[in-house]
Amino acid sequence: MLLGRVIGQVVPCIVTTGLEGVPMLLVQPLDKAMKPKGKVLVAADATRMAGPGELVAYEGGREAAMALETTFVPVDHAIIAIVDGVNYLP
Amino acid sequence: MILGRIIGEIHGTIKHPFYEGKRLLIVEKINPAGAGTGDYLIASDAVGAGSGEDVLVLDEGNGARQVYESADGPVRSVIVGVIDDIYDAS
Repeated sequence: MLLGRVIGQVVPCIVTTGLEGVPMLLVQPLDKAMKPKGKVLVAADATRMAGPGELVAYEGGREAAMALETTFVPVDHAIIAIVDGVNYLP
Repeated sequence: MILGRIIGEIHGTIKHPFYEGKRLLIVEKINPAGAGTGDYLIASDAVGAGSGEDVLVLDEGNGARQVYESADGPVRSVIVGVIDDIYDAS
């Protein structure tokens, strides 16, 4: 998993079977210092509660689809958790 | 498996049910000499690793699910060992 910041929402009008109603959010990947790093990606929201501005943890790969209710869907990134806090250990 | 060092911990209330009660740690990837590479990942903890420790991280889905004896958990990165010492003979 990696940290990301939700920066927007995507509203698709046609999706493949199994992805109906799944929120799609724009996520800016962050580095360990919480600075933006890399290209913005679209992630399915498995929590269904994330919104713009929130810090999230997202998973990539096959495991992304497994986080959704319908698991056999073409998804490569999914938001797994909304991050309330990050503690950097001394 | 990859080498890492625990640099932090994240917490959040809203997350995928699979991650209820599991610690999520921020792990910086390190090279065999012990220096950080600048890259990181968030891994769940299966061994009880703590702050600043060097750890062994499994970054592969099927093995990760096997660790948790789960057939459908959306998990890919798991801390599966704590490293005492790295001996690089090269």
